[in-house]
Amino acid sequence: MDKTSYENLTRGIIRENPIFVMMLGMCPTLGVTTSAENGLGMGLATLFVLMLSNFAISAVKYLIPDKVRIPCYIVIAATFVTVVDLTMAAYLPALHARLGIFIPLIVVNCLILGRAEAFASKNSVFQSVLDAVGMGLGFTLALTLLGSVREILGSGSIFGWSFVGEGAETLLLFIMPPGAFLALAGLILLINRFKGAK
Amino acid sequence: MNKIKSPLSSSLSHMIIVLVAVAGLSALILGYVYRLTEAPIRKAKDQRELEAISEVVSGGFDNNPFEEKHIIPTADGKGKVELYPARKEGNITSVAIKTYTNNAFGGKMELMVGFFVDGTINKYKIIDQKETPGLGTKVSESKFSSQFNGLNPGKHIFKVRQDGGEIDAVTAATISSRAVIDAIQRAFDAFSKLNSSSAGN
Repeated sequence: MDKTSYENLTRGIIRENPIFVMMLGMCPTLGVTTSAENGLGMGLATLFVLMLSNFAISAVKYLIPDKVRIPCYIVIAATFVTVVDLTMAAYLPALHARLGIFIPLIVVNCLILGRAEAFASKNSVFQSVLDAVGMGLGFTLALTLLGSVREILGSGSIFGWSFVGEGAETLLLFIMPPGAFLALAGLILLINRFKGAK
Repeated sequence: MNKIKSPLSSSLSHMIIVLVAVAGLSALILGYVYRLTEAPIRKAKDQRELEAISEVVSGGFDNNPFEEKHIIPTADGKGKVELYPARKEGNITSVAIKTYTNNAFGGKMELMVGFFVDGTINKYKIIDQKETPGLGTKVSESKFSSQFNGLNPGKHIFKVRQDGGEIDAVTAATISSRAVIDAIQRAFDAFSKLNSSSAGN
């Protein structure tokens, strides 16, 4: 793999992480990360849609007049989200029962539109898919991490596996909306601290 | 990385053509996928309902509850609940009622409730809900749901503690907890109406 491709693939994971560094897609990030599993599920679903939308947008970029590009990108992303939603409901009903409520949220994730505008509309199809994979992985990583922190503090469990006794007092605040902001702020603080140190 | 200019200028006719084409193509794809997935989605949903029925009725059944489905309009005349009798050797042992509420935090919530013939709750299971993950979704966990087992909405004060009843609501999810009670009450009302008019059969 040449240097640019490698760069495009890995950039989104840590250095330009969509959540911790670019602060894209905050709404689903704060909304769904009440547990590690929810974070992982939302991240993977977003990764998949991002790949499809970056691929399609990059493929049709020459056909779309500048002034209407945003509505076109949104329609394309919304179409893929609905296709993923329906396909999942039909063939993976168990998974859909867990993630179904998050899927429509992907349309309004500005990560999709952000990558379409900043990358897919200017680069080749192959590079756009690499960018989507990297950004998607970074997004998944960040959501799983945030979900883990909130689940450990708020529910006393991790990936549904409880390590405190029945009826134990947990920091319920962390699975409520304000806890999302606190946990995210804490993580960003730690990451910036770590980055500044090296 | 320079911005690649589209060879199509942003003239009105170009914009209209492209937008219509994108929207039309999307509609075509969605229509096609919808038709393709409609049958499997319904099948998966039926499967889930049958599983829910066998989970909430007591002691198993040897009939096909789907074939004896009985639709009962609710008291306010706006909705309907579905009753599935579970029989063993011809006798009704318990019934599963598919009920709903529109007062959940996420709007509508659908439940399957199992009743004994006298109206005592055996168990309930949530089929469809849009509650807040990690908060409202806890109404499907046994810590909350097991409180209902053996309760009879006609004999107990069927409300959450905050409203003067006997049921402990899920912390930070009182609305979702009330919604479950509302849905079960609806099923119970329909069931007792049916019982008084036709003695249950």
